[in-house]
Amino acid sequence: MKKRKERIDRGIKARSGDIFALSSYREMIYLSTPRLVPIIGFLILPLILGIYWQKVLLSVAVFALLAISWDILAQTGMVSLGQALFFGVGAYITGALNHYWGVPPFISIPIATIMGGIICTLMLLPVLRLRGIYFSMVTMIIPLMLVRVIEATKIFGGTEGLTGMTPLPSRWVEVYLVIGIMLICLFGFRRMLDSDYGLVLRGICDNDRSVTNAGINIYWYKTQALFIASSIGAFAGAVMTHVYMFVGMPVFALDYSMFPIAAVVVGGPGTLAGATLGACLLVPLSEALRGFGGLRIVFYGIFLVVFTVAIPEGIFPYIQRKYNQFERWVEVDK
Amino acid sequence: MNQVKILEAIKINKNFGGVQAVKNISFEVNKGELLGVIGPNGSGKTTLVNLITQFVRLSSGSIKFKGKKIDHLPPHKIIGLGISRTFQMVRPFYKLPAYKNMIIPLYSPRARSLLGGKYGDRDAMALDLLEEVGFERDSFVAYKPAGVLPQGYLKRLELAKAISLQPDLMILDELFSGLSLAEVASIVPIVEKLLQKGISIIMIEHRLKELFKIADRVIVLNYGEKIADGVAQDVMESEAVKNAYLGTEA
Repeated sequence: MKKRKERIDRGIKARSGDIFALSSYREMIYLSTPRLVPIIGFLILPLILGIYWQKVLLSVAVFALLAISWDILAQTGMVSLGQALFFGVGAYITGALNHYWGVPPFISIPIATIMGGIICTLMLLPVLRLRGIYFSMVTMIIPLMLVRVIEATKIFGGTEGLTGMTPLPSRWVEVYLVIGIMLICLFGFRRMLDSDYGLVLRGICDNDRSVTNAGINIYWYKTQALFIASSIGAFAGAVMTHVYMFVGMPVFALDYSMFPIAAVVVGGPGTLAGATLGACLLVPLSEALRGFGGLRIVFYGIFLVVFTVAIPEGIFPYIQRKYNQFERWVEVDK
Repeated sequence: MNQVKILEAIKINKNFGGVQAVKNISFEVNKGELLGVIGPNGSGKTTLVNLITQFVRLSSGSIKFKGKKIDHLPPHKIIGLGISRTFQMVRPFYKLPAYKNMIIPLYSPRARSLLGGKYGDRDAMALDLLEEVGFERDSFVAYKPAGVLPQGYLKRLELAKAISLQPDLMILDELFSGLSLAEVASIVPIVEKLLQKGISIIMIEHRLKELFKIADRVIVLNYGEKIADGVAQDVMESEAVKNAYLGTEA
């Protein structure tokens, strides 16, 4: 007896989001879990974790921010290979402000966020008309180029970097500041992408000619998305500068560009929640594998390959699809 | 009768490398008129539309809309002035439900200033507009992802998107292509209703029979040149048009 899996879409009216959500526990769990788990989890975890894992959690939140920033750009049709640019520019702005003029962190971080957003947007403005791989190539090259510029001209401490930043008041402030901002970005921008404004952004990715044909200036909207994404990245960089009390060339490292992409691929693009989920899985995994020494990157790579083969669409869209479709096994007709 | 010209093209040219897609074409569209544009394949009809909306830049010549030159403006500005078009190849946002497809034109500066609407209102506006073009309100068609809709509905969606911009001039690029006779018959009244509202229409079409029933005037293109201009029946009688469509006797 051969059987096949039959998938039936749930009726549109029968989806959650309405009073209907109260009809069953499954609906209620589906609605509340993706909201409650990250909020409660991120708020409680710092209290129970030791100092070392608290630092790991901090870097989870930072990479989640970078992944969210990457996802927003990707939703607007700009596949970036250079999140390190945003991270690095934010880091250097706050570093310079604090090192040369002694601006306290709680002023320098917001300045770096906004200024970083503006500077990165201006840097990428000329290539906004490029699409697909051409845009990606430019975003990848700019951070690598900036490293060489800093090395050659010896500005901002050259290869030594700038040291002696003012640390944030305590490790609790560090971790909760980043987590708070990350949760606000996650839920805020998720809501934004679902609004009419977000539809326009997603429309640009899908079919930019059609959006132009609706009388909308796609370059202006792309600029706005770029500013949002680069501000998020610059914020992450600015905070990390004050956490490490150091800023140097490593802030433009390829890690900051590639890791967010891996996180989005694992978690699933387009949802922002997927990006966060990916960061939550990958960063601790990378830490846990440290015991293997040099083999760490091999195991890490194997995990990524297995993952992309098993759930190519990403965890979060996978769960969404499972919810939106009834599945059952039916006999195949002869 | 003194007609008001809404669109005027004066000696427009377009070269793609060595190919001259549009040669020295001049024509005008009067207010409230339906102008048909016909011609064999590759005669430059779609290029003409792309030139009007500036998706493709003119090589020379000028285009005036309501008496103002528009050939230096970017496409989104031109559409903001009140020209909207449909595409021959329908490419909706496949994953989004049909009515969400309408949100993007409704969010454009022109639609927002003319129709207003806050976040949330636009869903209702979208459903109203879709009903106008024949998405039955009681059914789920409007809520289905655009990717699963049949061609007939996709063409209607494309039309609704163009209507939602509240245009003064609509350019319909092969609206009837790929549709059955019954579907065409159900779309024709929608087009006629638009004409009654005072919207001028340029209609590019291969289905001459259906077009001639509603067109006030027709221009014929062949190899990028305008070879005839006038009332439908007269145009089809002319020697040049017969040659273009049927070939010359050897």
